[in-house]
Amino acid sequence: MAGKPVLHYFDGRGRMEPVRWLLAAAGVEFEEKFLKTRDDLARLRNDGSLMFQQVPMVEIDGMKLVQTRAILNYIASKYNLYGKDMKERALIDMYSEGIADLDEIVLHQPYIPQEEKEANLAKIKDKARNRYFPAYEKVLKGHGQDYLVGNRLSRADVYLVELLYHVEELDPSVLANFPLLKALRTRVSNLPTVKKFLQPGSQRKPYEDEKCVESAMKIFS
Amino acid sequence: MSGKPVLHYFNARGRMECIRWLLAAAGVEFEEKFIERPEDLEKLRKDGKLMFEQVPMVEIDGMTLVQTRAILNYIATKYDLDGKDVKERALIDMYAEGIADLSEMMGQLVVTPPDQKEAKIALIKDRTKNRYLPAFEKVLKSHGQDYLVGNRLTRVDIHLLELLLYVEEIDSSLLAPFPLLKALKSRLSNLPNVKKFLQPGSQRKPPIDEKALEEAKKIFKLS
Repeated sequence: MAGKPVLHYFDGRGRMEPVRWLLAAAGVEFEEKFLKTRDDLARLRNDGSLMFQQVPMVEIDGMKLVQTRAILNYIASKYNLYGKDMKERALIDMYSEGIADLDEIVLHQPYIPQEEKEANLAKIKDKARNRYFPAYEKVLKGHGQDYLVGNRLSRADVYLVELLYHVEELDPSVLANFPLLKALRTRVSNLPTVKKFLQPGSQRKPYEDEKCVESAMKIFS
Repeated sequence: MSGKPVLHYFNARGRMECIRWLLAAAGVEFEEKFIERPEDLEKLRKDGKLMFEQVPMVEIDGMTLVQTRAILNYIATKYDLDGKDVKERALIDMYAEGIADLSEMMGQLVVTPPDQKEAKIALIKDRTKNRYLPAFEKVLKSHGQDYLVGNRLTRVDIHLLELLLYVEEIDSSLLAPFPLLKALKSRLSNLPNVKKFLQPGSQRKPPIDEKALEEAKKIFKLS
């Protein structure tokens, strides 16, 4: 039964944001059903809609998919953003998993207790500047192409660009020494679908403020 | 240039064990180069072989792959242990990620401070018997087939078998209420490649003991 994918999550970035970015970049319209209370989560659990009792969950093509990577893999394959063969996919996976490791630290920042925030921020800055961003700058330098893999847009570019924006929010000068990453970000941001997603009023979520964090904690505690 | 895949990691289960299982189940012979001293890890880093300065790393088909999932995906595809289409792959991924979440909790036990260990073990047991095992028992019940996805052996059956063995190591009574999972475990354990891997002397690694871990922590700056 075709129809728009429906994203079930709370109204915040969390673990759903890369899914929103990928759908948007692929030019796919989607709906969102926001969890607002503990009861909303309980209802989804009692309906048997959540295989492991957790969100993100995405209704797509007759499936109720949970687990962020399962969702992203499906979308990337369906919309041709996952490389043309096994070897390209290996590179895309390797690059995406590195981004995911950094994202894991970044996405927690709003939810970390106040007294630990500074240490987590220092960790983000260190890893971004010394481990992850140099690795991707080196990939782009190595082949001199416009995209990370196969000379065309893939999920790895979309995820990396999302992360470049998110890390820059926390560390404004982080991109200073990474000219090729900056160029990639500009290039990807100018693609019509991405440009639209970057405008105000799109389904892109802002950095989680205190109210958002409080609301999320209530739903998931 | 073909040849056996070469696995670079510590002589321990860690994040490489699921890869050993998958290669073994696929009947693929592989070599291992163990990282025993800091210099071994330093050399790999200096040689530019570790994209994010981390292991696991597997040399396979001319590539130097890091990131466990990237390695598993490649092996599964190459040896026909992935789904046959995009929808089967979605189910396999969903199930495999659930297994990975529980495995991650178990893996963290070795680095959990002693005063928090009991609570951690209680949480693992709770999730095992109330969240994860029921979910997979339900899958098997729903289609009545011999394997989790597509009525044939795929990577996720192997990932689940490995997990069930770890669950048993923690507490063998946890499997008791799940007859279909027990049957799957028996069935898979009798597949020739798996049976061979389960014998003593294979490349399967034992659980890490506390002393070995303390030694490793002293030798390495584990980050």
